[in-house]
Amino acid sequence: MYEGAVQDLIDELGRLPGIGPKSAQRIAFHLLQTDPTEARRLADAITRVKATMRFCVQCHNVSQAEHCRICLDPRRDDTLLCVVEEPRDVVAIERTREFRGRYHVLGGAISPIDGIGPDQLHIRELVLRLDAEPVAEVILATNPNVEGEATASYLSRLLATLEVRATRLASGLPVGGDLDYADEVTLGRAFSGRRDVGI
Amino acid sequence: MLLRRIELTDVRSYDHVSLDLEAGVTLLVGRNAQGKTNLLEAVHRLATGSSHRVAGDAPLVRAGCELGVIRCRLETDDGRERRVELELASGTRRTRTRVDGQQVRRAADALGVLRVVLFAPEDTAIVRGEPSERRRFLDDLLAQRRPAYAAARADYDRALRQRNQLLRDARAGRLPAGGTFTTALEVWTEQVVAAGAQLIAARVAAVRTLAPPTDRFYRELADRPEPVGLVYRSTAGAATATSGADDARVPDPSAIVAGLRDGFVARAEEERARGLTLVGPHRDELELSIGALPARGYASHGEVWSLALALKLATDVLLAEVGDRPVVLLDDVFAELDEVRRERLATACRGFDQVLVTAAVEADVPLAGSRVEVTLDAGVTRLRPREPGPTGVEGAA
Ligand SMILES: [Zn+2]
Repeated sequence: MYEGAVQDLIDELGRLPGIGPKSAQRIAFHLLQTDPTEARRLADAITRVKATMRFCVQCHNVSQAEHCRICLDPRRDDTLLCVVEEPRDVVAIERTREFRGRYHVLGGAISPIDGIGPDQLHIRELVLRLDAEPVAEVILATNPNVEGEATASYLSRLLATLEVRATRLASGLPVGGDLDYADEVTLGRAFSGRRDVGI
Repeated sequence: MLLRRIELTDVRSYDHVSLDLEAGVTLLVGRNAQGKTNLLEAVHRLATGSSHRVAGDAPLVRAGCELGVIRCRLETDDGRERRVELELASGTRRTRTRVDGQQVRRAADALGVLRVVLFAPEDTAIVRGEPSERRRFLDDLLAQRRPAYAAARADYDRALRQRNQLLRDARAGRLPAGGTFTTALEVWTEQVVAAGAQLIAARVAAVRTLAPPTDRFYRELADRPEPVGLVYRSTAGAATATSGADDARVPDPSAIVAGLRDGFVARAEEERARGLTLVGPHRDELELSIGALPARGYASHGEVWSLALALKLATDVLLAEVGDRPVVLLDDVFAELDEVRRERLATACRGFDQVLVTAAVEADVPLAGSRVEVTLDAGVTRLRPREPGPTGVEGAA
């Protein structure tokens, strides 16, 4: 245990994902020794992200306003809706410049081990959107791993009952990989070669 | 494939040794508990991802040391030199793996760069142990044959865990009943079936390939040359059971998928009641028989031993179908055999590209080749390569 504020900082850092006690200690002492303006920049960035960023009420992507920039963009194709697991997947797909439709972020994938079922994801909101928006095709772009495939399968069954056309990105993504890691060329090709997944 | 050089630093009883190897036979001679097996274990760990004796890498690090290093240099059949290096930690740190000098992102990327077949006394468990021992034998073999199998296996394990969790949650009343559960279960069944069918197809093909050479090796090694049977009994149904080489080698995956689906329908209630997945390759069995009797429970010690060795020697055929032939490692095998069978095993060994053999008594091994003396000196193993001389037992061959 260290005195006062240093220990508080170590405790807070240790709560972050992927940071163990040793890393927390190293970062804390790095910050302690660093230039005050640099440390202030980090503190400000954290404060600002909490004060100004939120999740888009329509697509659940990260957003500065109630609606994100993509949802507000009138040049986007309303008939195409791409369903992804996380905001970072939106970034990965946007980089390919292959997709001009809109997005829906689920907030994860179905995983009984982690206690995540359909009700824990933004699936009900997806159904409401399909009712309200002129969507003609839903592209299931969940990750090409076991949980992503199961989620896509669940959604394709659901969409079949709603009589909405569903497609899945063509394979060619690395096995067991995350969408995020897929290089832009592969991901771009996956978009042009997507296939129907009707039940 | 040839193993050209082994280097160990702070591994088991070794502080630092390096050993250069030639094609053909290398005999490691030394009394028991001098460190012969430790050397084979290290090579096996580097090739397959796990020790044949212990779980985890920490026990492989020399007592009192933080890190142990296993380095192998090998030569492929097309003449390329490759290097694999493992840095094992005694603590909780993960093992670092380098292939050709480059750190790999996943440890699985190093599997199968060096290919080995090891036979050790522990392998009799393949014959007399639980069904899981025989499944693991097939899985380890297939993963070494093609890394894609290991990926399918990982997907299957993951999907199986998810499906089991869902069944447990449902049994404990933690899920909304009705449509949601049924759909969720269907979704996970689909994942289990997709990955499971790949595993079963590969295992059936493996069993079909292994059956003839296993039978041949067994007749050469056993006291009574009875026919040996290999049958893959699948929860996917009779469509995948096989014993002979007459069947088409790789089974039709659609038949396996259909078999698995039927199995899930038939056992749906039982699965709900037990909260457990009861159909799939994790419940399949590789049945071994000698003559008319199942090997497990009926075979004598000698028969068990001969069948386990025959299975291991037969794997050379399977591995050689895709890529280079493996390096064969035989740990303390010859002492178990009488003179006639020693000579037969020696004949089989001469057919392999490279064989590393350990023995306590040099005269037990009727094979020409290089000799390395293994001695334990104040807790540290020393290796002393010896030129083959007139005192050797080559004359016996
Ligand atoms: Zn939005």
